[in-house]
Amino acid sequence: MATPTMLLLLADGRFPAGAHAHSAGLEAAVAAGRVTDLVTLGEYLRGRLATAGLVAAAFAAAARRAAWSNGRRATLAQLDAELDARTASPAQRAVSRRQGRALLRAGREIWPGGSFDELPATSGGPHQPLVLGLVGAAAGLDPAQVAMVAAHATVTGSASAAVRLLGLDPYRVQALLVRLAAACDATAAQAARAAEQPPQRLPAAAAPLADIHAEAHATWEVRLFAS
Amino acid sequence: MRATARLVARADRHGRTTLAELRGESPLLLRQVPGRDGGVTVYVVGGAAGPLAGDDLRLDVEVGPGAVLRVHTVAASIALPGHPGAVSRMLVRATVSEGATLHWLPEQLVAAAGCAHVADSQVDVAEGAILHWRDELICGRHHERPGDAEVNTWVDLDGRPLLRQCLAVGPNAPGWSGPAVLGGAPATGSLLVVDPTRLVEPPVVQQTVARLPLAGGPATLWTATAPDAHTLRALLEPDGGEVPTAPDRITNSAEGEGTEVVRVG
Repeated sequence: MATPTMLLLLADGRFPAGAHAHSAGLEAAVAAGRVTDLVTLGEYLRGRLATAGLVAAAFAAAARRAAWSNGRRATLAQLDAELDARTASPAQRAVSRRQGRALLRAGREIWPGGSFDELPATSGGPHQPLVLGLVGAAAGLDPAQVAMVAAHATVTGSASAAVRLLGLDPYRVQALLVRLAAACDATAAQAARAAEQPPQRLPAAAAPLADIHAEAHATWEVRLFAS
Repeated sequence: MRATARLVARADRHGRTTLAELRGESPLLLRQVPGRDGGVTVYVVGGAAGPLAGDDLRLDVEVGPGAVLRVHTVAASIALPGHPGAVSRMLVRATVSEGATLHWLPEQLVAAAGCAHVADSQVDVAEGAILHWRDELICGRHHERPGDAEVNTWVDLDGRPLLRQCLAVGPNAPGWSGPAVLGGAPATGSLLVVDPTRLVEPPVVQQTVARLPLAGGPATLWTATAPDAHTLRALLEPDGGEVPTAPDRITNSAEGEGTEVVRVG
């Protein structure tokens, strides 16, 4: 079991894995006029938690479970292929792998003894949730804690992007996050339970607009965020 | 109500498709109609209202090597509430063998107020087979908030995962109509095309429809949201959809690569 500080370090947006550069689709949702204020931001975050957040948290928890198991190399490769099948948008696949690479760089530096060599050698890098699972293992986090880090990142990443994109009052955005805390915990708990299933049975919650936003965003020449 | 139906298409030695099995029971009745191009067309004829919560329906489809099968439904299916706490289920399992073609192009699923419905599709596609698979979901009848509906699509290509999607709408799906999922659109759907003879084209997005080349093989997913069923259908017509000729597309030849720049909807 990790120390509480270890959990806080991994959940911290200042962990050097480049999370601050991503809005997780929010920049495109704002540009399309779908997120305009605190109310629509709250709806956006609830939808993200129930879809991308649940999937990412379940895959991160599953990778954490695989980290110390026999046959982990095969399980991680299977998780990678299953996550690809849940990510219809090429832009979203590329972003997940880019974020995975960034997190992997940090993980290797911080925990040289981590089991990162077990990750599949896929072009573009491993998916971010898989790396998060192994980073969590190296830090001594259990699968439920890894799921918590992933669910937490789903809401905090887009929320801090919202402050910049919409000029929202940071206090009110933080109050929104406080109101979403229970939903975030519930998503993490659901993901941790789901992660006990074999890779093909993990959640596959989809959101048509997530694919549409990601592909639209990828074509922009000028943007504030990388996703 | 529990019902099962089974449909098996095989190619004879002249390459013509025949039905080796065509068996259904109400409300899953199957009718063969004259097909085209040596293939066979079958309609699923709803023999009762529904599905109603509590119904458990299952359809197995098998397309043998070289056979060509198209499946349609005669009308939209409307998921309705039934016994309190009960869920209606529709499971479609399809196997498409090498050199075979399956067009699964049913009418829409409408999630009526108070429904509790789960639609599962499990498709096994062999390498070299062709699949067109369309799913359309209408959230509520006219000006109606839908009940809970879940559309699960599970496709393997040559034994490997190609597509896993679960779209959930209704009171139990947080944020489903919000800006992260459907953005208030009452109609949504997707068309999956697996076709090794067809060039996989790069992604493109126009308004609320996107063409997405998948990672797991020669396959493309069109995904869309729309204000109504009619508009949605126009976006998801195989070979006749509006996406391939997106007028908003600007070719940026200065890049030398023909980069596509598309305005966000």
